[in-house]
Amino acid sequence: MALTYHLQVVNLLAALLLLISFAMLSQRRIVNLVTLFAWQGAALSASTAIVAWSTGQHHLYWSAGLTLLLKVIVMPWFFYRLVRQLDVNRDVEAMLNIPTTMLIGIALVIFAFNLALPISQMSGTVTRSTLGIAMACVLLAFLMMITRRKAITQVIGFLAMENSLFFAATSATYGMPLVVEMGVALDVLVGVFVLGIFFFQIRETFDSLDLRHMEKLKER
Amino acid sequence: MEIYWLLGIPLAGGVFLALWGNRRHAPEINALFSLLTLIAAAALTARIVEHGPIIVGGEGWFFIDSLNVFLVALTAFVAFTTALFSRPYMRIEQEHGRLNAQRLRLYHSSYQVFIAAMLLALTTNNMGILWVSMEAATLATVLLVSLYRTPASLEAAWKYFILCGVGIAQALFGTILLYFAAEKVLGSGGTALLWTHLNGVKAQLEPTVLQLAFVFLLLGYGTKVGLAPLHNWLPDAHAEGPTPVSAVLSGLLLNVALYAVMRSKVLVDGAQGNNMAGGLMMGFGLLSVVLAAFLIKRQSDVKRMFAYSSIEHMGLITFAFGMGGPVASFAGLLHMTMHSLTKSAIFFAVGHATQKAGTQSMDGIRGLIKTNPTIGWGLMLGSIAILGVPPFGVFASEFLIITTAMHEHAWATPFLVVALGVAFAAIFGKVQPMVFGETELPRLPHQPALAPVFIHLGLVLMLGLFIPPYLATWYRQAAALLGG
Repeated sequence: MALTYHLQVVNLLAALLLLISFAMLSQRRIVNLVTLFAWQGAALSASTAIVAWSTGQHHLYWSAGLTLLLKVIVMPWFFYRLVRQLDVNRDVEAMLNIPTTMLIGIALVIFAFNLALPISQMSGTVTRSTLGIAMACVLLAFLMMITRRKAITQVIGFLAMENSLFFAATSATYGMPLVVEMGVALDVLVGVFVLGIFFFQIRETFDSLDLRHMEKLKER
Repeated sequence: MEIYWLLGIPLAGGVFLALWGNRRHAPEINALFSLLTLIAAAALTARIVEHGPIIVGGEGWFFIDSLNVFLVALTAFVAFTTALFSRPYMRIEQEHGRLNAQRLRLYHSSYQVFIAAMLLALTTNNMGILWVSMEAATLATVLLVSLYRTPASLEAAWKYFILCGVGIAQALFGTILLYFAAEKVLGSGGTALLWTHLNGVKAQLEPTVLQLAFVFLLLGYGTKVGLAPLHNWLPDAHAEGPTPVSAVLSGLLLNVALYAVMRSKVLVDGAQGNNMAGGLMMGFGLLSVVLAAFLIKRQSDVKRMFAYSSIEHMGLITFAFGMGGPVASFAGLLHMTMHSLTKSAIFFAVGHATQKAGTQSMDGIRGLIKTNPTIGWGLMLGSIAILGVPPFGVFASEFLIITTAMHEHAWATPFLVVALGVAFAAIFGKVQPMVFGETELPRLPHQPALAPVFIHLGLVLMLGLFIPPYLATWYRQAAALLGG
């Protein structure tokens, strides 16, 4: 009985994740996007912790803690600082208008559920039903990366994708081995700092973080 | 024991050079650390040759067999010669004012970290750590590609980061699926992603999941190999980064990414029983060969042209491994060696040529044979070697690949032959005036240090004429590990 109760909370958090993914897709301002990203991290961390508690997989606590530390505290803080220092908090210009993006997003969700069906049937975890949501979040983050022009939004899209992949790992297999999760977290952290340096380089050279300036290298 | 030295030396080198900064002799220290890494690699190789495959550390963190020890040796060797080449090259770049001391510090430190990440990717037994180190290798090189801080180089580095980042995220999903399949057989925990364990139970792994996992792994690591149509980052990153970085990206990183695909393929083949993985690799490989060959014709930037040539050759190697079987795998491994050695040699020569001419545009580089015969001959011989003219080793491996294709997949032969022909005409037609064309420029006062070029080309020539028996045995063992 207790297990079904926990499961419902996990399902609720999964639904929240999907909702946040859609909210990110429709968000126009970078600061709000960072906030949403932090919330996504929080939902992910909470659901991981609940799965850890209800199934007794202790290494998942580490994973939840790591997510909380990196994706709810360190990275959003870093991004807020970056946005302030680089002064880029204007409207994000999307390449497609928002309603069209949302419609494509809905189609992607349906596609993701179909794709996840055979795998989740094979899975033995109690959380298998959320695998479809995880895949949908991956695809939505991907869509966000494609349709946005600012460098910072692309990176947030990339990190959202990484969040969703972690969620997929938790729902299909109760998380990857700890050493791998630590390694992935380290890579992501280093990656974000490398990008921080990189943003300043881009701005110094182009006076903007808009990627339209960066379309010179093409096959002629 | 050697394995810890092998990984520890470049890592320590990265830290040390970051602290040492722009004090005197930093380039020499860089070369020294690379030399020590090469010695450790040689010791490891000697041990594998003597004792056979080994599993080292804890639950079996490292696994070294004939397949990866050969790549370890190759990586350490090219890393060392590139460090030798970069010493005078980067000094001249600094004199030209394209680099300052601070960026050189970044360059030296990242270079060592990059080598360490690649060696970790090659020696680790854990498919998850393999992913982690591939990503670390990308991160170490992003800031190297943008080292000149020109608009074009920043764009190239951004493209490199985002495309490879998305690609590698696919590979992470593939790894998750692999773990998902493995966990059912091996139980959860750290050992379920160890390649040796997976290899032992590969016949029991769920074929559908593994099939899906392989698709994601191929797309993910394939982006880093530069397989068409995922190759967009590669020409930009090679053309805009400093030449030593182009040389190691082309000569080493692509190999390491392909190694990850090969390890995955062995698992899928075992689970599946049919040749789905091989078919996919053949398809992507063939597409890369054909597309790259026709794009070579349209290039005007010399480094870009040779970057497309790398795509072509990686495609050919992927195609060979896709065919499978002892001869094709042997040829693939041989071609991997030849391509690494030849392509890095070409980039060394091209680096000096562009430095003297002050431009990367091929129209601006003329008459190298008059202004500097060493560079001219280096570039000409390198190009001839990469185009597969006998007696260079590339001829032997390409010949083996094409004859095997004729036997087993006759439909692919015309595509391969036409593509190689087009690439030949395009590259030769463009290199010829660069070397023998008319020029008004005077002879250069000083000789460039091009010993690495001729060492590499000498090895390629030697392997084309005669492969020592122990080396042939070694290649055969490695090919057998690939299921040949």
